[in-house]
Amino acid sequence: MKAIYERELDSQFNGLTGYLYGAFMLLAAGFLVLIVNLSSGYTQFEITIYYLGYVYLLAIPILTMRSIAEERHQKTDQLLYSLPMNMTKIVMGKYLALLTVMAVPILVICLYPLVLTSLAENGAIVYGPAYGAIVGLFFLGAALTAIGLFISSLTENMGVSMGLSVAVFALLYFMGNVAELISSDKGASLAAFAVLGLLIGLILWLMTKNITFAGIATAVLEIALVVCYILWKDSFSGLFAKVIEQLALLNRFSNFQKEIFDINSIVYYVTVAGVSLFLTVQAMEKRRWS
Amino acid sequence: MIEVSHLTKRYGGHCAVDDLNFTVENGVIYGFLGPNGAGKSTTMNIITGCLAATEGKVDIDGYDIFDDPKEAKRRIGYLPEVPPLYTDMTPAEYLTFVARAKSVPAGKIEEQLKRVVSVTGLEDVLDRLIRNLSKGYRQRVGIAQALLGDPEIIILDEPTVGLDPLQIIEIRDLIKSLGKTHTVILSSHILSEVQAICDQVLVINKGKLVACDTPQNLEKLFAEATTYELTVKASAIAVKDTLEKLEGIESINITAQEDDRCDVTVITTANAGKMDEKLSFALSDARLPVLRLEQKKTNLEDAFIGLTTGDGKPQGGKKKNVETPDDGQKQGKGGDPA
Repeated sequence: MKAIYERELDSQFNGLTGYLYGAFMLLAAGFLVLIVNLSSGYTQFEITIYYLGYVYLLAIPILTMRSIAEERHQKTDQLLYSLPMNMTKIVMGKYLALLTVMAVPILVICLYPLVLTSLAENGAIVYGPAYGAIVGLFFLGAALTAIGLFISSLTENMGVSMGLSVAVFALLYFMGNVAELISSDKGASLAAFAVLGLLIGLILWLMTKNITFAGIATAVLEIALVVCYILWKDSFSGLFAKVIEQLALLNRFSNFQKEIFDINSIVYYVTVAGVSLFLTVQAMEKRRWS
Repeated sequence: MIEVSHLTKRYGGHCAVDDLNFTVENGVIYGFLGPNGAGKSTTMNIITGCLAATEGKVDIDGYDIFDDPKEAKRRIGYLPEVPPLYTDMTPAEYLTFVARAKSVPAGKIEEQLKRVVSVTGLEDVLDRLIRNLSKGYRQRVGIAQALLGDPEIIILDEPTVGLDPLQIIEIRDLIKSLGKTHTVILSSHILSEVQAICDQVLVINKGKLVACDTPQNLEKLFAEATTYELTVKASAIAVKDTLEKLEGIESINITAQEDDRCDVTVITTANAGKMDEKLSFALSDARLPVLRLEQKKTNLEDAFIGLTTGDGKPQGGKKKNVETPDDGQKQGKGGDPA
C-alpha cells in the first residue's frame, strides 16, 4: 500500500494536478481573506472557510480526475490488477495520497488566523470556531475526494471524469436548495420520493444491465414507500426537503459557519467517504468481470 | 506448474475462450499461437488474475488464482500486450515502485533490481524518462517489471509486436535466455517467432485449443501426409488406373486438361515416406509421360493454417498430438533451447 501511496503522490506532483490544486486553493483563500476579513472587516475566519467550501467544487475534481482514469487510459491498471495486492489496499493507497495533497493547502490556511490576529485592530479572531471550521473543511474535502476517486474509476477519460465530478458535486451541494422549492405538501413529498425511487431503479439498470433485477428492486422500493406513506401519513409533510437537506454536503457545512462544531456532519462526511471508497473498489473489481 | 481446466469466458453472447484445458510444465518455453481474436490475450489475462473467468479454474502451483490470488500472483510475472509503464517515471524509479508493490523485502530490492536490469540490458537508460525511451527499451522495461519478485512463471503477451527486426532478435534472445531459468509462456501470431523460441506450441483458435505439441512435431504431422502435384500427358482414366495400384496413397484427384493432359494431385498416407520416385516409375512403366512432378512442402505455416481454418485437418492434428504428448515433450527438451 505504501508503494501505491508514494507512486500516486509522485504522479500528482510530476503531473501538474497537485500544484494546480494547491495554487487554486491558496489563491482562492487569499482572495476570500482579502474580501471577507481585510476589506469587509469580519473577524470570523469561519465565514472565509465556508466560502472556501464552494471552491472545492472545482478544486477537488482537478485533484481526482486523473487518479484512476489515467491508469485505465495508459493501460497501467493491468499492472495493478496483476499485483499480488488486495484491491482495497490499492484504492486506499491512492485515496490517502490524494488526501495528503488535499491537506497541504489546508495546513497553510491554518496559519491564516494567526496572521490575521497580528493584523487585527478591532477585536481578535476567535480561534475555536475558526479551527473548528478548518477541521470541517478537511472532512468535507475528504468526502469529496473519495467521491471524485470513485467517479475517476468509472471512465478512462480525464475530461469526462472532471466534468462528471463537477456535476455530481454541484448536485450534492445544491440539492438542499432545490429541495426547498418542492411544496411541503404530503403528496408532493410522496411524489418526489417516488421519482427518486425510479431514478435509483434507472441507475441500477444502467449499472447492472439487468432489467429484471432493476425492475424488482424499483418495485420493492416504491411499494415500501407507499406502505410508509399509509402508516405515517402525517410525517410526510415536508419530509423530502428535510431528508435532502440533511444529505446535502454544503448545508451541513454551513453549521461550522454558525460557530457550531458539528460532530454529526463529520460523521456524515466520513460515511460518505467510506461508501465512495467501497464503491471504487467494487467498480475496479467489476472490471475484472466485464 | 499451471493447470488450466474448463476455462470459459463469455462476453455477453460472444464466447472468447471456450472450455480450455491444458497444463504448463516447469522449465519449458510455451508459445501461444493463434490468429487475432483467438482468445490469446483473454486467456493470459485470466491466468494472471487480471480478468475473471466465467467458468473453470486456473491453478498456479496448486494455488487457485481466484481463491488465493495473492499466493498465485506472487508466482507469476506478467507483461500485458501494452506494457503498463508510468511514462512520467524513469526505469529506475518505476522498477523500484514495482518491486515494492510486489512486496519484495526492502533489503532485496537493490539486488533484484541489479539482476533484472542486467538481464534486460537497461543499464544505459536507467535515468531517462520512460516517455523518452524507444519501443524496444520500453518492452525491456516491461519484461524487467515482470521479472521482479522472482516469479517462476513469466507470461508475455505478444512481446515483439511493433518492434523493428533488430529489436525483435534482441527480445527473442532475451526470452530464450529467460527460458533457461523460468517457465515462459508467450503469445504470438507470428509463426516463425514461435518456431524459433518455443519448446511447445499451444495452437488456439476461436477460444479452443486445437493442438499442443513441439514445433517440430506439428510440422512433421503435416509433412507426413505429403502432397504431390503432377501433370501427365495421358487420359484421366489411364492415370487413375495406374496410380490406384500403388500402395501408400490416400487420395487421388484428377482434372483433365486440354490436349490429352491432366493435372493430378496425390496425397500420400501418413508414414508412406517419399513417393516421388514410385509415382514417376509407375507412370513411365505404363508409358504415361510425366511432364511435371512437384512435392508441396509443408511447414508450420501450413500446419497453422490447417489447424485454424478447420478444413478437416484439425481433427487429425488434434488426435495425433493427444496420442504422443510425451514424445513431443522429450523432443522439445532435447533440442537446444538456446
